[in-house]
Parts: sequence; structure tokens; C-alpha cells
Amino acid sequence: MIDTKLYGDNDTDVLIKESGYDDHFHEHEHGDKYRSGFLNTYIFSMDHKIIARQFLFTGIFWALIGAGMSIIFRLQLGFPEESLAWIKPLLGKWIVIDDVTGMGTLDPQFYYALVTMHGTIIVFFVLTAGLSGTFSNLLIPLQLGARDMASPFLNMLSYWFFFMASVVMFFSLFLSTGPFSGGWTAYPPLSALPQASSGSAGGMTLWLVSLTLFVVSVLLGGINYITTVLNLRTKGMSLWRMPLTIWAFFVTAIIGLLSFPVLVSGFLMLMMDRGLETSFFLSEIFIAGQGALDYVGGSPILYQHLFWFLGHPEVYIIILPAMGLVSEVLSVHARKPIFGYKAMVFSILAIAFLSFIVWAHHMFMAGVNPFISNFFVIFTLIIAVPSAVKVFNWITTLYGGNLRLNTPMLFAIGFVSLFISGGLTGIFLGNSAIDIPLHDTYFVVAHFHIVMGIAAFFGMFAGVYHWYPKMFARFMNETLGKIHFWVTMIGAYAIFWPMHYLGMAGVPRRYYSFETFQTFKHFDVMNQFITVAAIIVFAAQILFVINFFYSMYKGKQQKTRNPWGATTLEWTTPIVAGHGNWPGNLPKVHRWAYDYGKDGIEYTPQHIPMKDGEEAGDH
Amino acid sequence: MSIKEPRYESTFHPHKFALWASLCSITMMFIGLISAYIVRYAAGNWQEFNIPSLFYISTVVLVISSFTLHKSYKSFVAEDEKSYKFLLLVSLVLGIAFVAMQTFGWFELEARGIELNGNPSGSFFYLISGLHALHILGGIAAMLVATFHAYKLPFFVSNKRRLRFDLVVSYWHFVDILWIILIVFIHVIRYIL
Ligand code: HEM
Ligand SMILES: [Cu+2]
Repeated sequence: MIDTKLYGDNDTDVLIKESGYDDHFHEHEHGDKYRSGFLNTYIFSMDHKIIARQFLFTGIFWALIGAGMSIIFRLQLGFPEESLAWIKPLLGKWIVIDDVTGMGTLDPQFYYALVTMHGTIIVFFVLTAGLSGTFSNLLIPLQLGARDMASPFLNMLSYWFFFMASVVMFFSLFLSTGPFSGGWTAYPPLSALPQASSGSAGGMTLWLVSLTLFVVSVLLGGINYITTVLNLRTKGMSLWRMPLTIWAFFVTAIIGLLSFPVLVSGFLMLMMDRGLETSFFLSEIFIAGQGALDYVGGSPILYQHLFWFLGHPEVYIIILPAMGLVSEVLSVHARKPIFGYKAMVFSILAIAFLSFIVWAHHMFMAGVNPFISNFFVIFTLIIAVPSAVKVFNWITTLYGGNLRLNTPMLFAIGFVSLFISGGLTGIFLGNSAIDIPLHDTYFVVAHFHIVMGIAAFFGMFAGVYHWYPKMFARFMNETLGKIHFWVTMIGAYAIFWPMHYLGMAGVPRRYYSFETFQTFKHFDVMNQFITVAAIIVFAAQILFVINFFYSMYKGKQQKTRNPWGATTLEWTTPIVAGHGNWPGNLPKVHRWAYDYGKDGIEYTPQHIPMKDGEEAGDH
Repeated sequence: MSIKEPRYESTFHPHKFALWASLCSITMMFIGLISAYIVRYAAGNWQEFNIPSLFYISTVVLVISSFTLHKSYKSFVAEDEKSYKFLLLVSLVLGIAFVAMQTFGWFELEARGIELNGNPSGSFFYLISGLHALHILGGIAAMLVATFHAYKLPFFVSNKRRLRFDLVVSYWHFVDILWIILIVFIHVIRYIL
């Protein structure tokens, strides 16, 4: 247990009162003006701590829907012979009942719609908004010693744009023609021709509206995060003293700010092709019975370039915040400074830079010039270097540590494992020659689910379990947490490991049925196994959600401010922090964020002044 | 509100910084369009047309408006109320004139048979100049508010007002330079690619 006498809550108060930084915040009586009334406190709140929770709740909502969809399409894929008539009350006409046998099957159109929505929802709404939105909002002001974001108003708008995007996307699920069904990447012509498939009409229109609103939300949030990090740090918090979480959120916001607008230009052209008959992405496509379309000379490859110029940075927008959270959690619970702090920062920067010049590795098979492919192969493989630096540093941080194997720590370690497994398959795919047989097979599905999907979820779980007391002044249940971890960890590998074999055997992704392929017959059992594993993992997530909401009311109460014995500033606020985070002065920062085990002292928080003759921990 | 006071040794006001961040974002959107333009141009089947001279005249008008707005800001800081108000109004009128000229330019193109849904050369031109005009409209809205303030509020120079005006001026310079780059790009690309 931590020695609470070491830096007790009263000592912290006295220290901040006597030598903190007085920004005269509480002298302005209007300082609390947006904390009056229920509506302003909880709904249209401008307080970053509330906004963080709003992002988290909306993220959890979408995660359940997105994961639920995957269970439905996995059931159809794994057990095509079993009747799905029992979900007809939920899906209505999308379950087709055979008149003779009474067997219910999922409509193929809707299968594609489910796959598409699953991808869109998880990538954008859960792992971008739910992850960055929650933790950037919660931690940037708290860990930097700021009263709030640079512009609380824009911050509130950021959430409500996300909310509107959510409403529009949710609405599209109920269209009679179904939501968009051409894949989360929305390649033309499926996305550009309203008559291409049933989801390409109204579904695609709503998809575009929703994602455009979403981009506005990301940009408003990002501008705020960057401005806050650069302008509102407390006294003594130099850039090189920032915790790695903040570095990760900061760089993530920069990537978002530079890559999402390019997606918007792609969207604009797509909208014009759909509504104004321009020919950016469409050409004289020949349709049987109708002849050629009126479009001239557009190129769908052009869209792919624009999409992946965002798409690849987007995967790092997802994984960098998770990396930041994991770095922090590993260090706190290993009771050791993070190994190679500066190397960690530089590799975040290197990854961010490189992520902008590798996008065409998603297009090796789209007919791009093989000479240009070589350029992208080289830079893609170079990304493995900073990634490996990070992995090395995490493992070294763990090595010889005094590990507390609690739930957040387990998820952080699980993250490292997943990131290694998925990163390795990335190196396979990054070689254009090897990608030729693997592209668009289950190998790719396995790669990105392990390295991005599951790993980012693990980072998010580590963050939720670790900062839960900061958000709700209670702890989540440890036993349920550990069950959640082990089932998810083993289950995730059970789902995605076999997919590598499927992919190497050539099984294509996004197929409704493999019945007509004799070569894939012997994979039926493997597909069933995957489906069963997916159901079990889904059940474990329900357990997490129950634990989450149960603990809000019944969880173990937080008694002291700094329950984990962490060094960062968020643990110096009162247990329930009011508006402006610190009641009086702001804490001043005197050291970097990782003074664990220094000079034989278990931990020394950032706001503790240096002793006479003490040498800084970050040489 | 004190939340917004910079705390760490920073010389740049957070609002100004946030504006610059958004300008980077807008720039990236146009870079996306320009790259698409280049890629599509290089693919052939591209119908050349001459840009109506109205678009060059409008460019000059926009540059002048940037210049007058700059002068207006200088007068504001120097507490020269009269020329501040006058130059601001002039800039606003020039800005509106720019949009009007762009609109007539599009009509002229249309009359020459360059359709939005015809060859991509036209589609790109309408898209890029149209999207830029939308950003100009945003700037005009900001200038309208500034002009309204200038004529309605009692004149005095405070840090807050200076900052606000500074933000408007910075944005206007940005959309001005952006247009120059766009028109030069569209004009020149046929000679270099
Ligand atoms: C060592 C680093 C990595 C390399 C070399 C790499 C390489 C690749 C390549 C070449 C593809 C295209 C495969 C194909 O479609 O044929 C791919 C797909 C993908 N990768 Fe990675 N990757 C790496 C790490 C990551 C990371 C860290 C993430 C996310 C956090 C990620 C997310 C994705 C996603 C989402 C896709 C598939 C998108 C789709 O087609 O739907 N990758 N990767
Ligand atoms: Cu990629």
C-alpha cells in the first residue's frame, strides 16, 4: 500500500496554498457562471470534466451497438444453416424467412450494411471520439494544471457536433433502404452512384452528413487541445515535463487537424458527384440493360488517395492516445519511471510524421504504379522503427519493476502484447509483393483488428479503470475487472489469430457466404469457432458495462486524493474537483512526471519542490 | 475570463493561436483539392479553357482590400478614428465587390459552355473558387460585425478590441493569400505539367 503519510492531502493543500501560482481565477465571480442549473451543469456543460464524461457515455453507447452488429453478422457467417428468425423482432424485414422451412437468414444487403456500420462506428465514433474525446478532455487541463480548455465554448460545441453526427448516423440505421453498405472506406462507385446498391442512396447521404459533422467535431476539439497544451500550462510545466499522455493527445490533435480536412475535400467531391453530376470519381461505367452512364473520365482511385491520406493518419489518431494512456499506466503501476522518456516523445513525433507519407500501402492492389509503390513500401517499413522503440521502452519499463497487477495494469500489458502481434503482421503487409496475395483477405482483417481495434480498446480500458476514481470518485470492481481482462485477452486472440490462416489461404474479406467455394469448405469449423469466441468476448464487455455503471453508485469510495501514488497533477485536486479544478491557487510544477523510486523515495509528485542539492530525475 | 489568460511564458494570445491552427486546417483542405487537381490533370482528357479576365480583376480588388484593412488596423492602433472607420468600410465594400465579381465570372464561364457537370477542368474550377468564396463570405461576416462595432460603439482602444480586430485582419489576409495561390496555380499548371 502507498504511504499516504508521505504526501497527504493536507500537505498538498498547504503546499499549493502557500507556494502555488495565483491566477486570480476565483476572484471573478462570473467564473462559475456556467455551473448554474441542471441544464448548464450536465447537458450544455462547458466544464471539461463533464464533457469528457459525455464523450465516454456516448462512446460506450456506440461501442455496444457496433459490437452487437458484429455478433449478428458473425452468426450469419459462422452458422449460415441456423435460423436467425429469433432476431426478426429487432431487424424486421432484414431477416428473410423461408416460407417452406421457416428458416430465417440475414438479408445479404443488410449483412454488408452491418459490416460497414460496424467499421464506421468503431473507428470514428468509439475509438476516435470516445477515446480522444474522453481522455484529452479529462486529462489535458488536469495534468497540465489548467483551469479548463482554452475555449470551453468550442469544447462544448465539439461534443454537440459529435452528438449530431451520432443522431444522423443512428437515424440512417432505420431507413427502409438501410444504412450505407459499401464498406467503412466508402469507395466509389458504390458510394458515388445512388443506384449502385440499396444503401448507396439515402444511407450514403446520411453517412456523408454524419461524418462531415463528425469532422467538425474533431477539428473543434483538436484546435482546443493544441491551444491548451501550448498556452495554458501551469508555472514550471515545460514541454519536457509533460506526461506522455499529454504528448500523445497533443500530437494526435495535430495529426487530426492536418488530415481530416483532406477527407472533407474528398467528401465534397463525392457529394458533387452524387448530387450535381460532376465526374470526379465516376466514369462512363457500363450498366447492363442501361448502357453507359453520362459521367466522363473520373477516377475512383483519386478518391482512394484522398481517403487514405486521412485513413492512415486516422489509425494513428486512434492508437497514439492509447499509447499515451498505456505509458502512463505502466509507469505508475510498475512504480518506475518510464524508460526512455525522450525517445518516447521523439518516436511519437516520428510516427506522426511518417503516418502522412505511407497512405498508398492500402492501394498496392488498386493499380498504382509499382515504382511509386516502392516509395511507400520503404516508408511503411520505416514506421516499424519508432513503433519498435516504443515497445522496447514499455518492456524495459516493466523489467525489474515492482508490478501491481491490477486491472488497469493488466490491460496496459495486454496492449503491449497486442501491439507486437499486430505490428508484426503489418510488416508482412507493408511489402507490396507479399500484399498481393494478402490484400483484401482475412489476414488484413486480423492485422488491423489486433493492432488497432483490440489494442486501442485495451488502451481505453486501461485508462477507464485507472482514471475511474478521477471521474466518479469511486473504484471499479477488481474481480469483475480481472474476469473482463482475461476473457477479453484470450478471447480476442481466439477470434483473430485463426483469421491469419484464413487470409493466407486466400479467404476474401467482406463476403456474405463461402458456400460456393469448395476450397474453403474445411474452414467452416474455424469460422464457427471464431463466432463462438466473439460471442463470449461480447458477453465479457457486457460485464464491463455492468461494472462501470454499478460502480458509479456502489463502487468502493475513493478516500484519499492520490490512490495510485501517481506523480501527475490530476491527483492533487480535491476528490470531487469543482469548476476551475483547484479551489485556490494552481499547483506549480518542479520536476518531470516520472520521479518513481528516486533517491529511495517511492514516488515524488510533480508539485513537490526540489530538495537542496537534489538532481533532476530527467537528466 | 481568466481561463484564457496565458500562464506559461507565451507571447501569443491563445485565440490568435487557435485561429492559426484553424488556418492550417483550411490550408490542408485546399492542398487536398489541389493535389486531386494535379492528379486528375495528369490523367488526360482535360479540356483547357481560358480563365475569364474578371477573375484577375477580382484578384486585384481582393489585394487592395487586404491593403486597406491593414491600414485600417494601423489607424486603429494609432487611435486615428476617422481613417480607421473609413478604411474598414472600404475594405468591406471591396470584399463584397470581390464576391460579386466571382459570381459574374462564373456566369461568364457558364455562358461559354463550361459547365459544372461537364469536363473535370470546369468542375474543379467551380469547386475550388466556390469553396474559396465561401471562406470569403465568412470573412465578410466578420468584417460586417467589425464595421458595425466601429460605427456603433464609442471609440477606444483596448487590448480586447485590438485582439478581435487583429483576428479579423489575420483571417482576411489569409483568404487573400489563399486566393492568389489558387489562381496562380490554376493559371500556371498548364505551363509546367
Ligand atoms: C508496423 C507497422 C504497420 C505496418 C507496416 C502496417 C501495414 C499495413 C498495410 C500494408 C495494410 C494494407 C493491407 C491491405 O489492405 O492489403 C494495412 C492495413 C491496415 N492497418 Fe496497418 N500497418 C502497421 C501498423 C498499423 C497500426 C499501428 C494500425 C492502427 C493502429 C494499423 C491499422 C490498419 C488498418 C485499419 C488497416 C486496414 C484498413 C482497411 O482496409 O479496412 N496498422 N496495414
Ligand atoms: Cu495504413
